[in-house]
Amino acid sequence: MSAITSSATSSAQATGERAAGPAIPVGLRAASPVILLLVLGFLAPLVTVAAYAFATPKSFDVFRSFTLANFAAIVEPSNTVWTSFVWSLCFALATTVLLAIIAYPIAYGLNRMFGKWAGLVSVLFVFPLFVSENVRLYGWVLFFIKNGVMDGALKWLGFSGGPEVLYTPGATLFGMLYVYLPFMLFPMSLGLAMVPRDLVDAARDLGAGRLMIWREIELPLAMPGILIGMLLTFVLGAGAIAESKILGGQSVITIAQDIEIAFTYAQNWPLGSALALLLVVIVSGLALFMLSKLDLDRILGRR
Amino acid sequence: METRSQIHARTFVKVWTGFVVFALYLPILCGALAGLSKGRYFGFPIKVFSTEWWGKTIASLEIQTLVQNSLLIAFIVTLVSVFFAFFGALAFARYDWKGRRLFQKAILLPVFFPQPVLGLALLLWFNAIGINPSWQTAVIAHLVWIVPVVTLVIAIQVYSFDPTLEEAARDLGASRWFILKEITLPILWPGIWSGALFAFLLSWGNFPLSLYTAGVDSTIPKWLYSKMVAGYSPMVPALGTMSTLSAATLLLAGGLVIMILRRRQRDL
Repeated sequence: MSAITSSATSSAQATGERAAGPAIPVGLRAASPVILLLVLGFLAPLVTVAAYAFATPKSFDVFRSFTLANFAAIVEPSNTVWTSFVWSLCFALATTVLLAIIAYPIAYGLNRMFGKWAGLVSVLFVFPLFVSENVRLYGWVLFFIKNGVMDGALKWLGFSGGPEVLYTPGATLFGMLYVYLPFMLFPMSLGLAMVPRDLVDAARDLGAGRLMIWREIELPLAMPGILIGMLLTFVLGAGAIAESKILGGQSVITIAQDIEIAFTYAQNWPLGSALALLLVVIVSGLALFMLSKLDLDRILGRR
Repeated sequence: METRSQIHARTFVKVWTGFVVFALYLPILCGALAGLSKGRYFGFPIKVFSTEWWGKTIASLEIQTLVQNSLLIAFIVTLVSVFFAFFGALAFARYDWKGRRLFQKAILLPVFFPQPVLGLALLLWFNAIGINPSWQTAVIAHLVWIVPVVTLVIAIQVYSFDPTLEEAARDLGASRWFILKEITLPILWPGIWSGALFAFLLSWGNFPLSLYTAGVDSTIPKWLYSKMVAGYSPMVPALGTMSTLSAATLLLAGGLVIMILRRRQRDL
């Protein structure tokens, strides 16, 4: 009886909705402002970039010319732009691997050890995200520079002064590790939160060793979060620019900087677009592949 | 009873976390020191402390314009993104509809995207359709990145909300508007506040998008960058520290509001 009434009300409601407006599902209606924003603010710029990538070099003939000359210029051996690609992708990879190692103990501590302090520790890691990266990187310049905090402190202690680390490729990598740490830590921590405690306890009671528990239970179950963290770090690292400009002193030219130069000083939009398109294809290909394997409902907490 | 190796592991994790937190705040501390030292050039250990550069920074008319720009952009971004993201989060986490899985992934793409490249792509797009970049276009650029983040923040709150409450109200004859106002919104308030706080702070501190899309208008991070590459001025660390301190104050105040809201919700 109650089933009949409820189905009757729901069908009445469905007809009522249909009468009120066109038959668009409520979910799509709720999503439509965001979809509109993404189409106009994300998809359209990318389409423009793609269109410019096939335009005549050093022109503004978008949609009126079609040529592969920009891509030919990139792969030409005399052009060194491919080294920027290699640097950026290598640095992004190194950042991803090193940050996975650096962040894992902290993510583990946030889930298992810090107890009531976990909230405070999380806030300490979130806050730097709200300070723009150039300000934080500039702080490192003041730390590493000659007569800066490190150098001055060492001299004050009677040493001959600090090593020269600023404006080297290593400084760029260091800056990337510093800036992208939270992007690795939080997805990883969400991933570790998905590991049921009793499963680990049960394995221990059955005599599994630490390493075995980690390899057979914790790592596989936390993997979705770890993968998101790694993906995010890699993608953001591949587009890094401020780190090499501020800390690295442009000892390494990243791919994002080459794109910037083509768009601004060189006024060669088609070449810049071709570079950007290649980067976007690499980055979004990876992102789409990984995201297609993940269940976001489970990671974000739908029961 | 903890074994010896467990105690070792616990100590290691604590020391390591402490070390990383220290490294996280060390550059911010260096900036604060530099902004408070007297004289045109920075040297450590600092010989004389003074608030000279803080005073000059506060008195500068140019910087007042920057602060106004940054505030205006952050306010508009917060209002618009919370509105978009509230409905976006319901579509993300609450309603079952055909395109939901696709929507969930599409919304992540701007987050999983290098911001300098996004900024440059937007610059190209604005130029292609004949819009001159200004602070208004910077608002749009911020929204493209911040709306997805805020949607995720609110969606996490939506997941914890029991849909049967809405259904019960509907069965009792409540209208859609009434349900939204009396049930959905009060339950989601803590998430909405967190989202608003995120939106404001992320916009306030954003550098790569503002750099390329704000045109001749400048924001605090953009101005700081232009001074950083032009040579050293103690005004850079002074303004940087002020901006950081304002963000910290807002985070504390906002965090307090959210904690009170959560507590009140638990008591209900």
